Amino acid sequence: MSTRLYIPCDAGALALGADRVARAVIREAEARSVQVEIIRTGSRGLYWLEPMVEVAMDAGRIAFGPVHPADVPALFDGGFLEGKGGALRLGRPEDIPFLARQTRFTFARCGVVDPASLSDYETQGGLAGLRAALRMTPEAIVSAVTESGLRGRGGAGFPTGIKWNTVLGAAGQRKFVVANADEGDSGTFADRMLMEGDPFLLIEGMAIAGIAVGATYGYLYVRSEYPHAITRMRGAIVTARRAGLLGPDILGSGRSFDMEVRVGAGAYVCGEETALLESIEGKRGQVRAKPPLPAIRGLFGCPTVINNLISLASVPFILAHGAAAYAAVGYGRSRGTMPVQLAGNIRHGGLFEAGFGMTLGELVEDIGGGTASGRPVKAVQVGGPLGAYFPSALFDTKFDYESFAARDGLIGHGGIVVFDDTADMLAQARFALEFCALESCGKCTPCRIGSTRGVEVMDRIRAGIAVEDNLRLADDLCETMQFGSLCALGGFTPYPVRSAMRHFPDDFRRTKPVHEAA
Amino acid sequence: MRDQLNGIPLSGGLWGMTAHAEGRVRLIQDILAQHAGTEGAALPVLHEIQAALGHVPPEAVPLVAAALNRSRAEIHGVVTFYHDFRNSPPGRHVVKLCQAEACQAMGSAAVADALSHRLGTALGQTSPDGQVTLEPVYCLGLCACAPAAMVDGDVFGRIDQDVIAEIGMAVGR
Repeated sequence: MSTRLYIPCDAGALALGADRVARAVIREAEARSVQVEIIRTGSRGLYWLEPMVEVAMDAGRIAFGPVHPADVPALFDGGFLEGKGGALRLGRPEDIPFLARQTRFTFARCGVVDPASLSDYETQGGLAGLRAALRMTPEAIVSAVTESGLRGRGGAGFPTGIKWNTVLGAAGQRKFVVANADEGDSGTFADRMLMEGDPFLLIEGMAIAGIAVGATYGYLYVRSEYPHAITRMRGAIVTARRAGLLGPDILGSGRSFDMEVRVGAGAYVCGEETALLESIEGKRGQVRAKPPLPAIRGLFGCPTVINNLISLASVPFILAHGAAAYAAVGYGRSRGTMPVQLAGNIRHGGLFEAGFGMTLGELVEDIGGGTASGRPVKAVQVGGPLGAYFPSALFDTKFDYESFAARDGLIGHGGIVVFDDTADMLAQARFALEFCALESCGKCTPCRIGSTRGVEVMDRIRAGIAVEDNLRLADDLCETMQFGSLCALGGFTPYPVRSAMRHFPDDFRRTKPVHEAA
Repeated sequence: MRDQLNGIPLSGGLWGMTAHAEGRVRLIQDILAQHAGTEGAALPVLHEIQAALGHVPPEAVPLVAAALNRSRAEIHGVVTFYHDFRNSPPGRHVVKLCQAEACQAMGSAAVADALSHRLGTALGQTSPDGQVTLEPVYCLGLCACAPAAMVDGDVFGRIDQDVIAEIGMAVGR
């Protein structure tokens, strides 16, 4: 009899040796003449336990991790194929506190299903949302999304249903659905995990969006740094087309929707929606002035729904289980769940999907277990390179759109990067400006010039030249960038800079003052 | 990376020769022909040219421009805007080391120094013998496994001395 094993092929697990573990398992099984069947899944998102191997038992799965290839013979000796074992045995994955405490709506199947199998997807609840949508009018689908309270998961937090309604009402020969998977924020990997672990969910979400607004074609824009996700999504699209989930007659409904993957080329600014549209059109990824909104004149001048990948992947749950079920969790005006990504110097790094409203402290200290280095937390950057640095004094901030905005921060795409007390916040502020200079599309002056001047100001502060004057100058420059830039790149770069200056003033005053020669 | 395409060797040095230049033009034209019906084809075309040749050679620009009914200036603008596109061939191996915040928090600056030393080239440079290019990248989405790198498409996480040695061996150093 053959035992079924699940070993992730998620890029994070691969980076930690999952392929070598799989090969070691095959080798060992052959040497012992035992039959094993290996299913390569996505990751459950418990990266400190990756590579995590799960064994299928009658009563469910038993997990082992983190497994090093050298551990494999001992695992066989310890009877891991019967669910038994020593130090690496984690028990039922669902019982691991990090997973047990989550509310997995969007990532319910990630790390569980075979991402190459559409039938596996369907068996585990997939396509229920699309089937429900096909029985509804476009207006009813849009209403359900509006009532769910779903807001843009890329960071802007704009209500998804309202955006869809604009596109539904816009006149156009052609309309498009665009999924933004240009996940460039450091500390975020939810899009990557989802594309690698549950690709049909995104296809289902995009198809629902198409039916809702009257679009028949979709583009999934994925950054080139995600080759595994690109391969997985392209394969899933071919499978979906063969099965009639995409094409001229989706699931026999007479409705048409098809899609393709477009690959970015290493430009961070293409995560901005209008720059992304320019990029799909084959141009430099330069930001467009708004209005017109993409919902009115978007891709190739046509009405376009452009949503973050996670927003689109949240929709099948809403249609399958009802808007009320989604809106039932959350906090204040932030409804539903957010896949929070715990990253950087953190003991339990990974993906934690939960309703809005947990505090930053709970996420970092309680769920994340503090720093990986064991040193005190100095700062956490929330929301990527354009997000503010929070000191532990602000750990009572609730994780939702409004609470972060009230403290001059943003939740962005849900990434939390932890730094221990060795971090130099002047260096981090300088990096934020340097990154902005590197990635600026060049269209507006505050971003293009301001970022470079900002780096120079930081260098003068580092050198101890007229520190107080230069700090005032930096703040003034930030003011100009924040309110004068065309998009979030120049507009939000001041968040990490100003928060570092405000919360960590000592880091900017380390050098003995020097008097500049007149 | 493939070392041959349609029987044409793809290694950098040989491309300077006329017979190969001719083959290269043919290859670019084949790629363009395959994308005749693609809307907004510039990025897909440039990606395929680079996948085949290792870079986007200057003579590709007028060919792409003519096929897509765009000006040479526009296509030059596209090629130079995106960090991915190279105008000259990289080393035989490409190591992309993440230098973004999550990796910074786990000591990516020290890893950059150690890796530069091991590979014999500075960050952002190609070794003099053309063996390896070491370049910064801003996020590989491996932020819970930091510091991270991508070596010829293979991913590495939690880079320490052992992983640096492993990367060194993978690129012949």
